[in-house]
Amino acid sequence: MEKKVAVIDYGMGNLKNVKNAFNFLGYSAKITGDFEDIKDATYLVLPGVGGFKDAMATLKRKGLVNPIKDAITTGKKFLGICLGMQLLFETSEEFGYSEGLGIFKGKVVKFDENAVNLIPHIGWNDIEILKPLKEFKGIEDRSFFYFLHSYYCVPEEDITVAVCDYYGKFTACVKKDNIFACQFHPEKSHKEGLTLLKNFIES
Amino acid sequence: MLAKRIIPCLDIKNNEVVKGINFEDLKSAGDPVELAKKYDDELADELMFLDITASSEKRKTILKLVEKISENIFIPFSVGGGVSEIEDIHNLLNSGADKVSINTSAVINPEIIDEAAKKFGSSTIVIAIDAKKVGDEYLVFTHGGKKNSGINAIRWAKEVYNRGAGEILLTSMDKDGTKSGYEINLTSMVVQSVKIPVIASGGARDAKDIEEVFVKADAGAALAASIFHYENSGIIPIKKYLKSKGINVRL
Repeated sequence: MEKKVAVIDYGMGNLKNVKNAFNFLGYSAKITGDFEDIKDATYLVLPGVGGFKDAMATLKRKGLVNPIKDAITTGKKFLGICLGMQLLFETSEEFGYSEGLGIFKGKVVKFDENAVNLIPHIGWNDIEILKPLKEFKGIEDRSFFYFLHSYYCVPEEDITVAVCDYYGKFTACVKKDNIFACQFHPEKSHKEGLTLLKNFIES
Repeated sequence: MLAKRIIPCLDIKNNEVVKGINFEDLKSAGDPVELAKKYDDELADELMFLDITASSEKRKTILKLVEKISENIFIPFSVGGGVSEIEDIHNLLNSGADKVSINTSAVINPEIIDEAAKKFGSSTIVIAIDAKKVGDEYLVFTHGGKKNSGINAIRWAKEVYNRGAGEILLTSMDKDGTKSGYEINLTSMVVQSVKIPVIASGGARDAKDIEEVFVKADAGAALAASIFHYENSGIIPIKKYLKSKGINVRL
């Protein structure tokens, strides 16, 4: 079957770099907000940088909430990146309270301003791999990935597969059934990031 | 733990890298994409492109270049030089830049920082500050270092932070080009005044200078241009040295 990656376009952040990374790896990838494209794709990617509330509002306005949920329940391989990972959870404490897609149990919280010196968490941080998944094939434990975020996910189910230590440990990657999601940006994480994207497609 | 970053800076003029580039192993020494690839292979953590083209064609050519870089380089990169309007930022980000650096126009019109941070997110906005010691204070210079704004550099750093800048690129004009090490005092003062990463620039000669600016001034990143062009001071040897000194780097 032909491998078709759909990068879901909902106007948040730099989608082009995600597409570029898949293209560089030799996969056909399309930035799209079209329901048919989402149905037709073999792999779905939800990227994004920016505000949780805005992102959910945009997904709703564009009618993308149900197509995304449907695709996930039918077992389509799904990758969430950064904000795209956070949106999979039930709620975020951004601006008080915002509701997410609710695919995963848990919430999204902000780094504690009293404990953390620099917010956002910007730059290269190593991760601790907790479960030897196919997605991590060829990636050494403690490899560095590029992070860029002020909020992080707190799952209330056992889905954390990698953690990152930035003034304390937080969930860096989650995996459940057909869904893999990471807080860092694989498309900006050099060789390790590209390996992870390739593994996502090939595993 | 968050790693300290090493950022090579490439000055671009008419789509070519300028300033003492002499790599024998590159197809075209002045090709920004080739050079960026080389730095990417050598574990640069990020790249900074400074467009110094001074023609009316400038905008179009840089956007095409940014597009090409983003198709080939999978580490973050910033683009700066002559960015004066929200539309410039939008176009650069849309073409694939991860961050945009603003210098003179932020001093002339500080509101651009608030507007850009709100529109594109703080993390995409880098404010470049060129500072020079005048008497016993550091002042901000604009227009490529030609014009003294009279503004205190520390005060300005605080202001850009409060307006929503995501990072500060701090260049010491006194040190730039001298190869006598970073300006530790200035860098340290700025680092202590803001809660965003400070990229130190100007004066790097070797790994020891980079170590000093990380240890003594606690800069989040060290930027340099010409030192990475020589084999014995490539990025990997520098990072190995830093690691041996207990500094957390991506290797």
